[in-house]
Formats: sequence, C-alpha cells, structure tokens
Amino acid sequence: MAMLTGAEIIWECILREGVNLVFGYPGGAILPTYDALSKYPQMHHVLVRHEQGAAHMADGYARATGKVGVAIATSGPGATNLVTGIATAMLDSTPLVCITGQVPRSVIGSDAFQEIDVTGITLPITKHNYLVTDAAELAYTIKEAFFIARTGRPGPVLVDVPKDVQNQKVEFEYPEGEIRLPGYLPPMTTSDDLVASALELINKAERPIILAGHGVMMSGAVAELRELAERAGIPVALTLLGKGAMPEEHPLTLGMMGMHGTAAANHAIQQSDVLIALGMRFDDRVTGNIKTYSPDSKKIHIDIDPSELNKNIRVDVGIAGDIHSVLKQILPGVKPTQHGAWLNQIRDWQEDTDERDIIKRDTGETLYGAQVINDLWRFTDGKAVTVTDVGQHQMLSAQYYAHQRPATMITSGGLGTMGFGLPGAIGAKLGKPEEEVWSISGDGGFQMTMCELATAVQENAAVKIAIINNGFLGMVRQWQELFHGRRYNETVMFSPDFCKVAEAYGIPSRRVTTRAEIEEAIAWARSIEGPTLLEFVVEKEEMVYPMVPAGADLHAMLRRPKPGEAEEAK
Amino acid sequence: MVYAQQTMEMQPRKKHILAALVENKPGVLNRVASLFRRRNFNVDSLTVGRTHRPYMSRMTIAVDATRGDANRIRQNLYKLINVIDVAVISNEPHVSRDLALIKVRSDDADSRNQLTELCERYPARIVDIGPKVAIVEITAQEDIVESLIAALEPIGIVEMVRTGVVAMGRGIRILDSDYEPMLPSAANGNAVSIV
Repeated sequence: MAMLTGAEIIWECILREGVNLVFGYPGGAILPTYDALSKYPQMHHVLVRHEQGAAHMADGYARATGKVGVAIATSGPGATNLVTGIATAMLDSTPLVCITGQVPRSVIGSDAFQEIDVTGITLPITKHNYLVTDAAELAYTIKEAFFIARTGRPGPVLVDVPKDVQNQKVEFEYPEGEIRLPGYLPPMTTSDDLVASALELINKAERPIILAGHGVMMSGAVAELRELAERAGIPVALTLLGKGAMPEEHPLTLGMMGMHGTAAANHAIQQSDVLIALGMRFDDRVTGNIKTYSPDSKKIHIDIDPSELNKNIRVDVGIAGDIHSVLKQILPGVKPTQHGAWLNQIRDWQEDTDERDIIKRDTGETLYGAQVINDLWRFTDGKAVTVTDVGQHQMLSAQYYAHQRPATMITSGGLGTMGFGLPGAIGAKLGKPEEEVWSISGDGGFQMTMCELATAVQENAAVKIAIINNGFLGMVRQWQELFHGRRYNETVMFSPDFCKVAEAYGIPSRRVTTRAEIEEAIAWARSIEGPTLLEFVVEKEEMVYPMVPAGADLHAMLRRPKPGEAEEAK
Repeated sequence: MVYAQQTMEMQPRKKHILAALVENKPGVLNRVASLFRRRNFNVDSLTVGRTHRPYMSRMTIAVDATRGDANRIRQNLYKLINVIDVAVISNEPHVSRDLALIKVRSDDADSRNQLTELCERYPARIVDIGPKVAIVEITAQEDIVESLIAALEPIGIVEMVRTGVVAMGRGIRILDSDYEPMLPSAANGNAVSIV
C-alpha cells in the first residue's frame, strides 16, 4: 500500500468519483491540498473570484451535468463565503461536495486565526457534514460524502479537513466496497396497495392534472412522465425547477404553476378532481393559500423524501419512493383515456391569456423584458441552457422561454439567491461545453457576483450574458407598486456602464434599447467564440403577470388587462 | 366554491414520545436539537444515553404535538444520517419513566411527617435529610411524578431536577439495530471526535 498525505487522498478520492473539474479558492488552511494539486494534472481546478462563486459554479455544473459538483475553500472566511451557495444547493436539492480547510487539530476551539466552526454553521444547510480528524478516515469519509450527496434526495455535503490532517501521511487503500449507512436507506419502489390506490384515482379522474417538479428529472423519469400524461390524457403543470421535465411545446404542457404561473395551470389545479404531484414539495410560491388550494381534488403525492408527504398539503395517497421506479409500477395499470371537455376548458383559459400577452402588443419604442426573453427563445431555437438570477427576469424566463429538455432551466428556486446567475452559468458551461449557455440576470443580481466575469475570461467559458436592465430591483419594485403604495424605497439602483465593465474584462459587448435590434444582437453574440455580454435597457415599471399575491388564493390572480381595459392594480 | 379542507392545525395536540437510535458520535445531539429548533417543533424533554452497543446511543424525546406532527418529527429525525432508527413509542403499548429529585423544606415535625406519609403513598423515598431540607427521589410514570410534585408544593419545594421521560415498547416491540460501523474508530464511539 502506498503512503499518501491527506491532501493527496482528497484528490485521489475526488477523481475516483468521476469528477475532474472542481471550483475553488486557495488559502492558508487548505494550502497542503493545493500544493498536492500539481501531482494530479488530470484534475482541472477553476479559480473563482469569491468562494460564493465556487459554490454556485459547482451547483450550475451539477445541475447541467447531473454529476456531483465540488467546491473547495479555505477555513474561516473562505468557508463562510460558501454558505449562501451551500444553502442554495440545499433548498434546490443539488448534489455538492464542499471541501474546506480547517485550522490544525491542536488549535481547534482556541479561536485561532481564520478558525470558524464551519460544521456548526453549515449543519442546518447541508444534507450532512463531517470534521475529519484522522487522515486514515479521509478516503472513506469522502466516498461517503459523495454517496450521500448524489443518492436519495440529493443535497450538499461538507467535509472539513484540518491542515495537519492534510499533511498527515497514512497508508492509502481506496475503500472499494459499497457504502453501508444504517440510518440511510432512500426508498425506491412502493407497495402494491399504494399503487392500486393511486390507479383507482387516476383511472376514474375526470379533471386530472399532473404537477411535475425537479424530482422527475433527478430520478430520470422524464419518459415515464410523458407516457403517463399521453396515455391518460392528463395535462402537466411544471414547477419552476420542474421546467424541462415535459417539453413545453407539447400540447399537454400548461407551463409553470404558482405565483407567476400561467393562468391555465393555476385554474386547472384549482378545479381539478385528481391531482398527481411528482417530485415537488408544495412550496408556498406554488400553492398560494393552502386552505383554499385545489379544494375538490383527491391528491396523490410521490416523492423520494418521506418528510415531504403531508407537510404542507394533506394528500390522499402519499408514496415515498423514487419517481422513476414508482411510475414504472403504476404505468401498466393506467387506462388509455381522453379528457376532451377538460382540455377544452383549459384551452379557453389559454386563449384568454393570449389576448392579454404583452408580446402581441405594439409597445412602440419601449422595450420590455418579456419581449427580450421571448426573442431569445425564438432566436436560439429554444435550445439554449438558460441560467437565471432571481427576480422579474427569472419569472419572465420561466414564462417566455419554452424549455424542451431536462436540465436546460437552471435557477435558484427555493432560496431565491440573487447573484446565482453568472457563476451558475459559468459552471454549467464548463460542465457542458457543447451546449449554448445563456446567463440571464437583472441589473441588481448581476452586480452581486459580477467579479466572476474574470473567471469566465480566464477559463474562456463562452457564456452569453444577457442583462435585463430596468434600473430597479424590479420584483421588489413590483411589490412596492402593488402593496406599498408605489413607495420605491431603496429599489432605484445606479449601475455602472455594463458594456464598459465588459470591455475592462476584455469581453465583447453591446447595448440594446429597441426591439428591432434584438435579433441582430443575439446573432452577433452567438457568432463570437468566447464570453459576450448584451445589455438590454428595458421599461422601468414592467409588471410580471399573472401574479398571485403572497398568501392569496391560487385562482385570485392579478392579470394584465386586455387591450382596452383599465389597469386593475394601480 | 366552498372549502372544507381540514388543515393540519385542526388535529388535537397531545404528548408523544419518540425514541431514536443514533450513532454514538460527537455532534449528534447538536444535529437533533438543531432539527427541532429549525422545524419549530416543541420539545418537552430530551434524554440521551448509551445502549448495550458501544457505538449506539438512544434518545427519548417527548413532544407536545399533533399526531401528524409527531409523524413529521419521526420522518425528519430519520433524515438525519446519524439517526439509525426512530419510532413513535407512544403510538403503541409502552412503559415510560421519569426520575425526579425534589428538595423540600423539612425544618419542623409537621413537614417531616408529611414527607414520610407521601413516600408511603408514592413510589418515592427520602434519599437525604437534614435539619432544614430533605431530598425526595421518585421514579415513576410522568403523571405520577407530577402528582407528587403537586402534593409536595404546600410543604415547600426549594429545588428540583428531573431526567425527562425514558420509554420502551412493551413485549416484542424491539427498537434495536445490529449494524456494525464501517470505520474502526466508530466502534468505540469516537469516529470524528475533536482532539
């Protein structure tokens, strides 16, 4: 057996997980690990500009590739800078392994320089975490960390390694066997009784609807979802993170549900008689008022995490299991059905929406964010991977970019982390270089992490950056307009000249102010090999419709008035 | 539309007792406590102690919750990697015990007589007595402990400590696990300790 240092064991174990791309930032307590990096030329390390960027890039990489993302940081501030990124991954169930340096064992607990209790800090925002105090246990611990991160309901796992453990030399033998964790057995298939109960509801439904979430894609059940929907003639509404689970141009797809979901999806949920929830968790942004949520329906909920069943919404058939495995059990019993009257009703709601659509209006010289996203969808043939930030542009991306494939809408849904967009897009592009990756941000969120432009240039990560600049923190402004008497406190924002910022980093850029320029600008951006930046200067007081005010009934949506109608909200 | 859906809050709240087998590792108590805090579950009492297996401890957690919440607590506890198994002990026939040490005034004949009399009526005994105060020990089901405390109140309680509830299912309802830890150091309950 070879004698290796803890630092070498870290790299050996990461490589054996099939990961050869990691994101990180060096510092004192992680230096032995960076020193050992030169012995592993097959490992590509991406130097970020802020550790939050490392966590978001690993997250974007993981979501785009389906592999585990790895972020590395030093102790103290390096580790605390990861925190927002780890929490983002936790809320969206992304598999991450974060390796952090720690002060040497002898001084732990003494408030040493750059010492922080990172396992304590990240305890509620990781799926699990470790402080490794003996290099002999490092290999097994890292293997276990990857196993926990990627299996069951995925999530971030942090491994904290004291500096002297990284330097400790031990005999290294990779633990080849399977991981055995007595208290960790993610459910897979379910009982025949529960399958029968679900089938009883599905086969008798008159107004059924499927709610498809992130879990459908993570369990690889996209084909099974489509088969269920097509055979039983059931329309499918998507959560924000569920976008891509069903092709959005499919006639049965109703688009996103919830606060800024489509009116058709929300009305269908409220009036359905059987609701089939797959790999989603009835978040408050999806349900609105839970007391009036889908009141007449029997509910089936399938999720790999048993603690999600009956958490927010009481269900009639709750199945803890892997969606792919459970749908395989259910599908043979699903009778071919058509729900003509129900789908006609839904079509009426969709036609009403079409009449209200801003896209169909002549807005003169004024450019709207919705038009930008809609044109981006058209001129990229709906094939790009979009990585968004958080706010109005994010909801517009969900509404106006029709995603056709899994893992093409990458966004911070649960935590709603502004600043996720650019680093998330860099991670996605580096993980999937063959894909066209667009980073879509607002002027606010972009400024939170725009230091990562340097990372994009250094790595020649050819992300196409679109900034939807309305001079406001747009979504907060929308709430102020609707609920706080248009008192725009602290949402008016000065921004630098984004094109000059891009120029400073050597990134080609253009500013777009009219709709007529969009097509040419997008074509230009796509024709350039490296990263490019487009700034779209849009209407300042654009509203995202429909909108279910927080806590309101899901069917009580604020709508964009039809042409000729007065604005209802102002 | 009329909405008649029952919400979670409409279930009655009562005392539930959960037992969790946990890996005997540093930080596990912290993980459990942190879970209760962040999920906003109210803990009545929480006890932890070793089992007959050196690498495994057992926690008994008493909560004031609805049946649905008790189930959610069980599922959330089970999500913790270091939690090997969980059961809602109070859903089935079980034995539960609480131990209390109660220091009471004993500075006159009247109070001493009353203490002696109460110790005959309750499964309690005087374990320390002096000219001013005495310590009464009781090990019993929680409601009996409560009853003794109420009876001692008029005499004058000056100090009290309780262990919190421990519980075990009756008969062949066995909560145990025969797992063997993978890491050698975990076998002596010291897998990732702080040096």
